[in-house]
Amino acid sequence: MNEILQGLIQAFWLVLSFDSELITISLRSLYVTVTALVISALIAFPLAAFLVVTRFTFRRAIVVTLNALMGLPPVVVGLIVYILFSRSGPLGVLGLLYTTSAMIIAQVIIITPLITSIAHQSMQELWSDYRNLLISINISKMQRVGTLMWDSKRALITACLAGFGRGIGEVGAIMIVGGNIDNATRVLTTAISLETSRGDFALALALGFVLISLAMSVSFATHWFGKTERGDLR
Amino acid sequence: MFPLRVTDVEINIKSKRLIGPINLEIEQNGISILLGANGSGKTTLLEALHGLKKLSAGKVEWTISHSLAAKEQAFVFQSPIMLRRTVAENLAFPLKVRRLSKSTATAEAMAWAKKIGLENKIKQQAVLLSGGEMQAIAVARALITKPKMLFLDEPTASLDGATKKTIEDILIFASRNGTKIVMSTHDLGQAKRLAKDIIFLHRGVVEAHCSKEKFLTEPTSKAAKQFLAGDIVL
Repeated sequence: MNEILQGLIQAFWLVLSFDSELITISLRSLYVTVTALVISALIAFPLAAFLVVTRFTFRRAIVVTLNALMGLPPVVVGLIVYILFSRSGPLGVLGLLYTTSAMIIAQVIIITPLITSIAHQSMQELWSDYRNLLISINISKMQRVGTLMWDSKRALITACLAGFGRGIGEVGAIMIVGGNIDNATRVLTTAISLETSRGDFALALALGFVLISLAMSVSFATHWFGKTERGDLR
Repeated sequence: MFPLRVTDVEINIKSKRLIGPINLEIEQNGISILLGANGSGKTTLLEALHGLKKLSAGKVEWTISHSLAAKEQAFVFQSPIMLRRTVAENLAFPLKVRRLSKSTATAEAMAWAKKIGLENKIKQQAVLLSGGEMQAIAVARALITKPKMLFLDEPTASLDGATKKTIEDILIFASRNGTKIVMSTHDLGQAKRLAKDIIFLHRGVVEAHCSKEKFLTEPTSKAAKQFLAGDIVL
């Protein structure tokens, strides 16, 4: 209990004193996760809408696979990305191992199935309402995809928040591919892991509180700017 | 000229025949009313004519190409399908997907909102309006592109008298301005008010197709006589 209190006090102190290392680590955490999230969203939303409006042979298999991949173990993703980008790996020549780029790639692999599945579920429901209308208006598949994405935007924001939550709190994969290098690839979660192993629980807790505050701030900001709770159904 | 010819059309689901064989020719002008008891196949036939239902046999032919015909027709469903957008955005939607300028689409939407008496509700979410208001929007949205052919599936079923009158007035206006209307109903009074010709459907087969006057005074089939007498048609 005492350590939690100390952690809280230290967290406040770190934030109030504008600790430069904390700011750098926090910004790096945000950079990695937000970049991964943007890339994932660009892949996931059109893919989910496409899976809703089209019928082809392996569609159901793809949807089931994406749902299954929602529970993809991050450590395994980290291991695979590590093998791919290690010096002897097929993509080793790119020299991305132990960089934030490798961390972003790992997070994209982890987040994309999650966002796709949530987006697909919400757009599927909307499609059952809209299907006859959109077909009867005789609009193209691309326009159907666009309409579904636009009218599902609240659900898509929620999908993004779920992806952000998964990414910002992720430690296994980015520890493996990023290496937790000071001033290079250290982020909040890997820093917490390091301080815990060092036995500095107060600092680890302080970083943990900062991480929670960051995640909650992003969620509140998204809801605020996205007007998701204002009852106008948009 | 824009007549529609239906030749030996059948729609089966598994081994059960829903409608057919149907042979029919629909002329360019006026309002054709598809009359019949519940379950007689009115909705299925309308959806087949519009291309929403796949034909099991037979063909639906237009005097223009199918792709052009698809652009020149619209459909109003029994339960209005509203986009999760404002009234104005719902009305403007078919114009926007046809790439008309935003100002033109908005001006047309405003004009139609006035015609249906919803000019004070253009910024409201359409799904929050009453059933009658939503149906009026659906009819206006279908007519906003000035289609040559408009199919309506019992658009005034379960609406109050005033709303029914508003929608009927719009349909008469559209018909006089060159839109061919094919509408299903089981409301004999409505058929008397609107029809130029009547297509009477019984158990998935057209039992009569003639002028309104002829159908009302000289019904040929037993089912038509029962229907006109207000008996239960089995």
